Amino acid sequence: MSDKSPQEYWKRNIRYVGILLTIWFVVSYLFGILLVEQLDTIRFFGFKLGFWFAQQGSEVIFVILIFVYVRLMNKLDQEFDVHEE
Amino acid sequence: MSILVWTWIIVGLTFALYIGIAIWSRAKSTGDFYVAAKSVHPLANGMATAADWMSAASFISMAGLIAFMGRDGSMYLMGWTGGYVLLAMLLAPYLRKFGKYTVPDFVAERYYSKVARVIAVVCAIFVSFTYVAGQMRGVGIVFSRFLEVDITTGVIVGMAIVFFYAVMGGMKGITYTQVAQYVVLIIAYLIPAIFISILLTGNPIPQLGFGSTLSDGGGYLLDKLDGLSTQLGFAAYTGRGAKSMIDVFFITAALMVGTAGLPHVIIRFFTVPKVSDARKSAGYALLFIAILYTTAPAVAAFARTNMIQTLNDKAYSEAPSWLTNWEKTKLIKFEDKNNDGIIQYRKDADQNELTIDRDIMVLANPEIAKLPNWVVALVAAGGLAAALSTAAGLLLVISTSISHDLIKNVIARDTSEKKELTYARIAAGFAVLLAGYFGINPPGFVAQVVAFAFGLAASSFFPIIILGIFSKKTSKEGAISGMIIGILLTAGYIIYFKFINPTANTAEHWWFGISPEGIGTLGMVVNFIVAIVVSKFSSAPPDDVQQLIEDIRIPRETRA
Repeated sequence: MSDKSPQEYWKRNIRYVGILLTIWFVVSYLFGILLVEQLDTIRFFGFKLGFWFAQQGSEVIFVILIFVYVRLMNKLDQEFDVHEE
Repeated sequence: MSILVWTWIIVGLTFALYIGIAIWSRAKSTGDFYVAAKSVHPLANGMATAADWMSAASFISMAGLIAFMGRDGSMYLMGWTGGYVLLAMLLAPYLRKFGKYTVPDFVAERYYSKVARVIAVVCAIFVSFTYVAGQMRGVGIVFSRFLEVDITTGVIVGMAIVFFYAVMGGMKGITYTQVAQYVVLIIAYLIPAIFISILLTGNPIPQLGFGSTLSDGGGYLLDKLDGLSTQLGFAAYTGRGAKSMIDVFFITAALMVGTAGLPHVIIRFFTVPKVSDARKSAGYALLFIAILYTTAPAVAAFARTNMIQTLNDKAYSEAPSWLTNWEKTKLIKFEDKNNDGIIQYRKDADQNELTIDRDIMVLANPEIAKLPNWVVALVAAGGLAAALSTAAGLLLVISTSISHDLIKNVIARDTSEKKELTYARIAAGFAVLLAGYFGINPPGFVAQVVAFAFGLAASSFFPIIILGIFSKKTSKEGAISGMIIGILLTAGYIIYFKFINPTANTAEHWWFGISPEGIGTLGMVVNFIVAIVVSKFSSAPPDDVQQLIEDIRIPRETRA
């Protein structure tokens, strides 16, 4: 039998958020700022890749991250039976 | 019809719409006034949040700012969107579960302290006021440019409109007008952007045109722009900018965390019916914001390329008509230094003959793309929608802080709900008047204090809200000392470099090369550390607070 306690729910939530925020950090701070020069040597259509991450890519990925989080949490709420009516 | 007539018609129609919505959505209780009775659909809340967030500066100035900063401009794009990821995952759902009206409400209950509430209220009011003065000024500027009235008249008209729906409808009125304002501003932004994208690249989607080849066969747009920039003595557009990497990093972080800590953004998530709606509406909000924020850098590159190609090294007598039209507004100036009748645009100040205000990059777009007059009028309505929606959201925070946090919870706890609602309306009215006053007589430091709003939000609210949710051990002593030290450090640094010793405001005097715009990030880190360390040496929060934390972490209690 799997653990359905609030503590376990919270742990899973923290794990999801940890993974998603790691991606959030990588696409913006790492790709868009710290490694921008290195990535700029790669072409992505008419863009240099680092520049694209900084001015387009990270914004688009941010939106996707939130919707992924919404899906994961809705499922988690169901699984732990803490979803709202 | 002339541009002026079209502008009066379109602005008049949008204002009539806002007033109509205000009458339809009158607030009847404090619940209506503070949080729109928690009945806003997450999609509507997403639109309202996007309008609330995107100010006159986002609409009018951001693309121009990026056009002149090139890659450094990325810090605004990432900084002003990335905070929503933090909001969605770390704050919004838990604060919605908490279910009260204001940010100071949460701070006071979680840290079982009136002192914490008062500090939070002072921060909320200060942050919101620095922000709102700039918005009222923005309303006045849009009016004066498009409707040929003076700035003061413009501010007064703007005040009257905001007064009407904020005082009458409170959060409920503001929410539904913001939904309408979002629709107006996004259409006004996208139409010229789409046409200028087609004009330059043949691609109707600006985000794709940004990475496409030019229709005149000059290769990729960005390569062309890099080439033009270096040819005229500027840095390559997509290359290294004027700011150091560490400064870009810290400014981006301060803007992100500041966004997630701004009270007028946070309270929007109190208006939806459920915890799951709070998460969802953060997603919608960022989607609606990103539509504009991914278009802006494309517009920046289009406008700059087009400006250089059509004006530089061309005879003034053959310049396009929009140049002479906009010269009247003094947003663009041509001074023929060598008297050859040809426009020279250069980095070198001695040779350069063209002075360009950044705002023109958005404002002149419809004319550059040869769009009909009604599109120009629509841009004016869009700029007004952006400024009014943000101003209204901020004014609500100010009035709520006074009527609910100060009067009801600190000064006179026995205030009846009816009286509290009256106080809220009076406070909103005064806040509008004061904001209008600052709009007409802007203190010289308005532009400089914007760094304050983000820095203070980042260094005060963000850490203690996060700790309040994610750490049960953080005590009131920890939170209060963290907030005070975080604010003092951030404010002290900004005040020193912006007001006391502005001549020293250069990279070699900054700590670790961090500018005052980015110092909020350091203030936030210090706030976290102080709060955690002090909590270790003070007694843990009482049992009922521990229970409160357990409760806000789950959307609904498990069935026993």
